[in-house]
Formats: sequence, structure tokens, C-alpha cells
Amino acid sequence: MTAAEETLSEMDAPRSRTSIVMRWLLRRANLVLGAVLVGLIVIVAIFAPMIATAQPDAQDLMNTLSAPSAIHWFGTDNFGRDIFSRVVYGARISLLEVVISVGISCLVGVPLGLIAGTLGKRADQIIMWIMDILFAFPGIILAILLVSVLGASLFNMMLAIAIFSIPVYARLSRNVSLGLKEMEYVEAATALGASIWRVMFDHILRNSLGPIIVQSTLTAGTVVLAAASLSFLGLGAQPPTPEWGAMMSDGRNFLGVNVYLSLFPGLAVTVMVLGFNILGDGLRDLLDPRS
Amino acid sequence: MKTYIARKLLALPLIVLGVSLLVFLAIRMLPGDPARMMAGPEAPEAAVEAMRVRLGLGQPLFMQYFGFVVHAIQGDFGISIRSNLPVASEIANRFPYTFALALTSYAMAILIGVPAGMAAAVFRNRWPDQIVMLLAIAGASVANFWLALMAMNYFAVELHWLPLLGAGSWKHYILPTIALGTLPTALIARMTRSSMIEVLSQDFIRTARAKGLGSFAIYRKHALRNALIPIVTIVGLNFGSIMGGAVVTESVFNWPGIGRLLVDSVRYRDYPMIEGVTLLAVVSVVVVNFLAEMAIAAINPRIRLT
Repeated sequence: MTAAEETLSEMDAPRSRTSIVMRWLLRRANLVLGAVLVGLIVIVAIFAPMIATAQPDAQDLMNTLSAPSAIHWFGTDNFGRDIFSRVVYGARISLLEVVISVGISCLVGVPLGLIAGTLGKRADQIIMWIMDILFAFPGIILAILLVSVLGASLFNMMLAIAIFSIPVYARLSRNVSLGLKEMEYVEAATALGASIWRVMFDHILRNSLGPIIVQSTLTAGTVVLAAASLSFLGLGAQPPTPEWGAMMSDGRNFLGVNVYLSLFPGLAVTVMVLGFNILGDGLRDLLDPRS
Repeated sequence: MKTYIARKLLALPLIVLGVSLLVFLAIRMLPGDPARMMAGPEAPEAAVEAMRVRLGLGQPLFMQYFGFVVHAIQGDFGISIRSNLPVASEIANRFPYTFALALTSYAMAILIGVPAGMAAAVFRNRWPDQIVMLLAIAGASVANFWLALMAMNYFAVELHWLPLLGAGSWKHYILPTIALGTLPTALIARMTRSSMIEVLSQDFIRTARAKGLGSFAIYRKHALRNALIPIVTIVGLNFGSIMGGAVVTESVFNWPGIGRLLVDSVRYRDYPMIEGVTLLAVVSVVVVNFLAEMAIAAINPRIRLT
């Protein structure tokens, strides 16, 4: 059978639903891998009490700084706390950071960008000037400035990260709305008497959702890294919260004695960020093939 | 090109103005007496009064801001609460360390990122490409301070090959450079790959091949020139992320740059220093970004036409 005949016979053969799904998934390996990694973290966060082998704050002062063993899979820290359980509970805090920071920045940035892009003129100039100012700051430096004013706490850190992420959403939704407002269906809605707000939120926003979802996934990775960095510096989650960055900060004092204090929380951060980055790339290929 | 430069040049002071306004307002939003905050909790009443006059707290807010800008232009950011030294002179002492670390990190990024990205493009969809892209995405996802801790643990604590903390000899640069340079290396590799792939599919490459030019000559002659765009883009437009990364990396390695100075100042509530370091760091990022945009426009005429 020649190659052409093989292809023809393949085309003739009725494909099962499973094989169609498998082919679709195989073509989008990065999307699947990203979703698996992020899904894994979400499952760990939801079922933390069932997965953890001990309470995250339970101390065993007779068994401090121990290496990984059958009882303590990732070893114990300087207070004898089980590192595995703390890493598991840390997934909850990291996901909370993602939800709060991405949620606030999206809820503020997207409407600002829509208003700038749709209304144009003076509103556009003023909003984008403010966004350019925020964008000029390196994210961590703006967050440090804000935390130094607001005080170091988990919530203030999430707020600071949200503020430096706002311009990303404002710029994105402005650019998308600039393109969409020239579309015929938007012009038709305006001609039929729809108000500018209805056009903005009912027509333009609905059609900007794809790029916003992709951006949120990529921003989630940035949020996890920024939160870990700020907590590592002592400007975010405070002890004894099992936050991954704060755990690594504790671990730096025990390098050479027990590297596992820093090793496992850092691996967890990397897996989570990697997951969001790969998922974001995959979603972009899926939702916005032109890019 | 002139219109493009003029447009960007006009936007520059507006951004700097906004950045200084934000820094000014942030510190004045602190609960309590700003003069007490800026003079320090231990300062005598006379010093607090002097600070009140210096900050112009009796005057309207815009006059206070005007005074702040005038002082800043003169390089006067006040006296550090922690060290009792002028903020500007401490920043001047620390900045060369951060600058040197940024340079070595960029050098690492270019020396590794460009050849890796070129190799990935030449061997597109084959194993060298897959390995480079896997490493690039891992490099962009890893927390630089974690990488720093792991490298410290292995090379400094266990093997004793490299110094653990501080700055001094060339050996002190190796671990902080790896920690800070990993992200730009990953980004340059990714960008070099995609711009190379675009170049290699162009007609002039086919013509060059048809003329009998060897593969190596094609890559050297055409690809290197095109690799300039990703280098300038990453080096220039990501200067902000280098400054941000330096804050954490310097804190891990006790590196005496402005990043660690900022973190220490936050811990000691040294507000004049926080104000000075933040303002100078952001203004330097804005200026470097502007220069990079100009350089990119000069290299790639398509950009200034959009």
C-alpha cells in the first residue's frame, strides 16, 4: 500500500471520539502539560489536610533539621516541623496569592483599558499616562515601596503585587478594544442606539476575554515569583505561615546543615510557575493562533 | 526617525514627573507625622522641626512636591536615618556594585543566550532545539534567589570553590551573576531563536544558498546581524527586571549594591533612603528603556513606522 493509499484509508476509517480527543491533545502537548502541573497544585491545595502527613505548625523539637525519611518525606525544619506538610499547605497560600492579586489587577486594569481604548482622547491620555508611570517601576521595587508604606503582611503584599500588575491588563484591554471598536458588529450596535457602556462591556469586553485569560495565566506565574521573592525578603507572609518564599528564607540560615529546607519550597515554586507559563503559552496558541 | 525620537523624548519627562510624584505621595501617605518618619524615631525634637521646614509641611502639597523635585535635581535626598550620612553619597557608593553585577549578568546572557538561540533555530524541531527551549522555559520560571541558594550550598558551602557572601575578587561575581543572569539568558535564547527562524525563511537566505554560500557563512553574515535586535531589546527593555532581580540577589549574597540598600532601608524604616533609592532606580530604568527604544528603532526601521 502506498503512502497516499494509507492516508486515504485513514481518512475513510471512522474515528472514535477517543482517538479524536487524543489527537487534539497530542497536538497541544504544552497546553496539556501546563494544565496537568497547575491542576496538580490545585488538587494539592484543595486536599491539603488529606495529603499532608502532619499539621504544618506542629513542632517536634526532638527531631529538628532531619533529612528526608519514611516518616518525614522532605525532612524537618529547625523547629522539627514537617517540611512536606508545610510545602503542601503552602500551595494554598500561593494559590490565594494568585487569585487575589490576579483578580484585583484584572478587575481594575481591564475596565481602565476598555475606557481608555473605547472613549479615546483625554480619557485615554490620562489613564495611559498613569499606567506608563506604574509600568516604569520594576515590579518588585514598586511592591517594596508600597509594602514599606502599608506594612509587611500577606494581604498588603498581595495588594502591592496587584497594583504593579494593573498596567499589564490596562494596556492589553486598551489595545484589544482599539481593534474591536472598528469592527462592523460594534459599529452596528452603536448605530442601533446601544450606549457606550453597553458597547464597552457587552460587545468589546466579551470579545477580549481570550487575550485576558491568556494574560492572566502568564501573570499568575509572575505573581507566584514576586510573592515568593517578597516573602523571602521578609516583606510578605510572616512566620509561622507556611509560605514557600518565607520557608526558603528560613532555610538560608541552614545551608550546609540541611539544604532541604530551601530545596523543596523552591522546587514547588518552580513547578507552579513553570505550569502557569506553559499553560499560558498553550492557551495563547489555542485562543490566539495569530500570535 | 526624528518624529519618533521627538515623540518619545516628549513622553520621557512626563513619566519621570509621574514617577517622582508617586514616590513623593507614597512616603507622605504614611500614618503619623511625615517629619518624624523622615527624621527617625530617635531624632530630637529640633531635628524633627528642621525636617518639617525642609519638607515644607506647612505649605500646600504641590509646593511641597516642588521643593522635593528641586532638592532631587540638586542630588539632595536628605540624610539617612540609619547611617546619618547623605542619602546621595551612600547611593553613589553602592551603585557601581549593582551596575557591575548587571554588566556581568548581561555578558553571561549574551554569550550563552545568543549561540543557544541560534543553535535552536538552525536545528529547529530537533533535539538541540528541544533542549534549548526546555532550558529556556525552566530558566524563565525558576526563582533567582532559590537558584542562588542552591548554588551557594553546592559551590560555596560544600565544595568551597567560591566565596559565600560579599564582594571583592572576581570569584565573588560568579554566583550572583548566575543567579541574576539566568532570566535574561533564557529570554535572549527564546527571542534569538524566533527572530532567526523568521530570517532563515526569507527569500534573501534562499538566494544566498542558491549563490552557493555555505551554511556557516549564511548564519555568520545574516543571523548575527539579526541577533542584535533581541540583544538590544532584552538588555534595554528588561533593565527593570534586572534592577528588580538585583534587589533579591544582592540580599541573598550580601552584595553591597543599591538593591540590598533598599531592602535594609525598608527593615530600618529609613524613609529618606527608600525615597532616594526608589527614585534613582526607576529613573535609571526609564532612561535605559528610552535609549533601548532608540537603538531598536535605529536597527529596525519597521518599529519607528508603527
